[in-house]
Parts: sequence; C-alpha cells; structure tokens
Amino acid sequence: MAGKKRSFFRNLISSRELLLMLAIPVVYTLVNSYFPMVGVIIAFKDYNFTQGMFRSPWSGFKNFHYLFAMQDAWIITRNTLGYNLLFIALNAIVPVTLALLLNEIRGRMLKKIYQTSMLFPYFLSMVMVSYLVYALLSPDTGVINKEVLPLFGIHGVRWYNEPKYWPFLLPIINTWKNAGYTTVIYLAALAGINPEYYEAIASDGGGKWVQMRYISIPFLQPLIIILSVLAVGRIFNSDFGLFYQVPLQSGSLFPVTNVIDTYVYRALTQTNDIAMASAAGFYQSAVGFVLVLATNLVIRRINPERALL
Amino acid sequence: MKRRALNTVSPGAGAAIHVVFILCTLACVIPFLIVVGVSFTDERIVMRVGYRLIPRVFSLQAYKFLALDIQQIGRSYLISIIVTGVGTVVSLIMTALYAYPLFRKDFPYRRFFAVFLFITMVFNGGLVPFYILYTQYLHLKNSLIALILPYLLNPFYVIVMRTFLTGSIPDSLVESAKLDGAREITVLFRIVAPLALPAFATIGLFTTLMYWNDWFMSLLFISNRQNVSIQYYMLKTMQNIQFMLQNPSVAFKVNRSAMPSETVRMAMAVVGIGPIVVAYPFFQKYFIQGLTVGAIKG
Repeated sequence: MAGKKRSFFRNLISSRELLLMLAIPVVYTLVNSYFPMVGVIIAFKDYNFTQGMFRSPWSGFKNFHYLFAMQDAWIITRNTLGYNLLFIALNAIVPVTLALLLNEIRGRMLKKIYQTSMLFPYFLSMVMVSYLVYALLSPDTGVINKEVLPLFGIHGVRWYNEPKYWPFLLPIINTWKNAGYTTVIYLAALAGINPEYYEAIASDGGGKWVQMRYISIPFLQPLIIILSVLAVGRIFNSDFGLFYQVPLQSGSLFPVTNVIDTYVYRALTQTNDIAMASAAGFYQSAVGFVLVLATNLVIRRINPERALL
Repeated sequence: MKRRALNTVSPGAGAAIHVVFILCTLACVIPFLIVVGVSFTDERIVMRVGYRLIPRVFSLQAYKFLALDIQQIGRSYLISIIVTGVGTVVSLIMTALYAYPLFRKDFPYRRFFAVFLFITMVFNGGLVPFYILYTQYLHLKNSLIALILPYLLNPFYVIVMRTFLTGSIPDSLVESAKLDGAREITVLFRIVAPLALPAFATIGLFTTLMYWNDWFMSLLFISNRQNVSIQYYMLKTMQNIQFMLQNPSVAFKVNRSAMPSETVRMAMAVVGIGPIVVAYPFFQKYFIQGLTVGAIKG
C-alpha cells in the first residue's frame, strides 16, 4: 500500500513538467467542451436567463414532448438524414470515379491543372459559395435564368422560392464543393499501388476495365468504407452554411432546407425558444453519440489503426 | 492485335477522359469567373441582360462604390487577419502541448489524457449550452476572443500530430536531450518541433483556412460594427438581397440606388475571395502534400 502510494507520488513528480504542459489545453478542454456537456441538462429544464443553467427548475421530458409533437421534428430529421445519406453516396461514387479516371491521364501538366481546379471550391467559405450560386440562380439577373434556360424556352424560374428544386441543387452544390478534396485523397491512395500489379494483368491481356475491377477498386475499397462509415457517424450533423446561407435563408424553402443544425440555431437566436433548441440539440448529441460509438466499433473491425481508441 | 507499350488507355477513351475533366474544370472555375466578370460590368447592362461572363460594357463603377466603404472593408480585413493569425499560432501551440506528452512513452498518464480527449470527440453538448457558456458565463459577446477560442484545440489534429511524432522522432533523441539536462518544454520547441515541421505546416494550413473562412461564430456572437470580419461582412451584404427577395414590393418602393447594386455585390465577393485566390497556388501544393502524408496514414 505504502509502496503504491510512493510510486504514485514518484510518477507525479517525475512527470510534473509534462503535466504542467498539459494544464493549459486540459483546462481549455474542460471549459470549452466539458462544460457544455454538463450543460445538456438544460434540455430537461425550464430554462430562464436569470436563474441560469443550474438553478432553473427541472421540467422532466416536457421539452421533448413539445418538440416531437411538432411536425418540424419529423421534417428536420428527414432532411438531415436524407441529405446526408445522399451526400455519403455521392461522396463515394463521384470522387472514386474521378480518381480512377484521373489516374489514367499520363500528361503530368494536364493532370495537375485538373486536380488544382477541382480542389478550388473546397477552399471557399459557404458565404462565398452562396455568392457564386446566386450569380447562377438569381431570378432576375442570374446566368441560368438569363442565358441557359431561355435556350429551352423556359423563363423566370423563382429558384429561391420553389422548394422542389433544392433536393437536387443542394447535393450538386455539396458535391461541387467537396468532391475535389476527396478525389485527391483517393488519388493519393491509387498512387501507392505497385505498378507491377497492373503490368502483370496487362501482360495477361487484361484491359483497363479488368485492371480497375481487380486491382484499383479492391485496393480503394477499405478507404471507401472507412470514409463512408466515418460520415455515417456524423449523419446527424449537417454543414450549417450549406443549408442556412446558400438558400439565402429563404422561408419558403424551409420544408426542404431546414435541418437539425439550422433548426437549433433559429430556435436559439431568432425565436429565443431555448426549450425547443436545447431539446433538439440534445436529440442531435445523443443520437450522434450512439452513432459515433457504433461506427467506431465497425471501423475497429475493419482497420484498428483508424479507430479512435 | 498490338499491345500498347505503356499500358495506357485507347486514344478514344483518353479523349473522353479529357472531355470529362475539362467539363469538371470549367464547372469549378466558371462561377467564379462570372462573378469577376460581372463586377467589372456596367450596372445598367447587368440589369438589362443579366450576368455575363465577359463584360459587354467595361466599368470600374462597382469598385469605385466599394472604395467609399474602404474603412469598413479595411477594418474587416484587419479583423480577419488578426483572428486567423492569432488563432492559428495559439492553436498550433495548444496542439503541440497536448500531443507531445501523449507521444512520450514514459509518461504514465498518457492513457488517461488520451481518453479525456477522446470523450470530446464522441460527445458534444451541442449549440445551446455552448452559446450560453460563451454569452452568459464567459461574457464574450461582441469580443474577438469569441471568434478565436472555440477552435483552439481540435482533437483530431492532436492525434495526427501524435501519430507523426511517434513515426518520425526516435525515443533516443528525447532521452539524450533529457540526459543533457534539457527541460521538457525546451525539448518540445527546440528539438522535436523543428523535426515535426511537416506536421505543423499541414495542421497550420488547415487551421488557417478554417479561421479565415469561418463566419458562424460571428453570426452567433458579433452584433456590433467594429468586429465584423470580412466573411461576416460579405454575409451581411448578401442579407440585403434576401430582404429584397422576401419583400418584392419593398424593393420597388425603396430607391434602387440606395440598395447595394448587383455589380457591387459581385465586387464585394471578388474583394473577399482575393486572398484565397492569391494564396491558392501555394496553399494547394502543401495541402495536397499534407493530405497524402496526414490523412492517409493518420
């Protein structure tokens, strides 16, 4: 017992410099991350600003009853899951295809130009993207309404007032912005394949399709699975800017653009409905927690090095 | 049948691939070129024929109009530069301070602190408690600190950094420095950090981009004019458009010249996008290198 205690103190003293180093980031993490974790209790409270987070009276599951009694809860869940599933599928198919094609280009210069330009949208903020989208979709001056659609005899589409277009527009914009980045990741993985494999198949008369089918795609498969599974873990979280700023917060588009993140933000800052905001936020955190743990278990089975712990 | 020497695709397929990528390239670049084009076009032409890639009547009108607002724009730039600069430097230091002890195999509490960090990756309190913490407890509304603080430590980067250190710094190096009587902090910043430069560069690049492009924290916490960053200023400019879209009747009643004009909006986008375009060639080179080092292995 005494020996254990002594070794505890010896450890403490021998690593005091390292502990001191950790002090700043650890205190920061306690405040910035752990305090809000405890703060989820306000979803079970009748929150008011004067009594604050800890002294406001408890209200049990009342906030959740209200939240799930509303149609909004169903709509934001459907939108969040629906778009994210679509994004995950597109973010696997499009970049893998692009990477496989790009890998066949022999001219280094052209390859570089394609890669550089496709990565460009990834560097733009969503505010910037909203400007670019507006330049295309502005009802009175946008290129689509003024230049493209008149060729087909279509005039005056009110893009920012018609919900039916956005389930297509949002996945296109999301892919446009992110595909270049993911393509670079897959391309880097493809560069790691030993060329002798390809040559072996080629000398047996195997064409490009056979090479892709039996070498490139099987080689990329674990990476595709891991990136997709990681995305599934985040399926309850959305890219706030894409759903908030790109549709210019147009109210008539809410049925197809409102996701959990935008709902929580609006309830918190625009309608000041702390009860609804905290209930929806807790719902998001709790489901997200389960999903991240579950997907982490899956990843550990595929590739332990990729697992969080 | 003659087999192609270098195992390349057929000329027809090769041409088709190039067509695909030329289209992709155009799709990624053209919206930006339209914005630039419109910003140099005469306002009346834009109102009549809409946005065009190549200005029919060249004009610097929009930029002259923006020049009147030079104080606010300059200030917003300054805010963005300060937030990005301070944020990136401090977050790199924080990341190093957390990653270094985790990398030290003789540190008895590494498992505890790894789990401590891991928990923040799987569970977060969400927006509401975070917002209440920053506004009610830390009283950071309208403070620049509220734009920097939330992103100072990304657990994922700590893991990337630790993985990099484990893979590239031999234990004997740290041990010999310790035997020479060096303090841990000296070992980290004088010996380990210079060797871990690629990891610092990659993480620094991602962090810079993140701070420069962020506007969400401004949306949450900034309501005065002084601390408006360039991204947030662009968002506010855009909001005038939304106002017109949602109230079409107002748009006609209000004097058109009083509203920000179409070309000025696009000029605003050009002014905001400028640094990204200038830094892009440099950025993307290291970015791709970083991705291939960090993301694949980490």
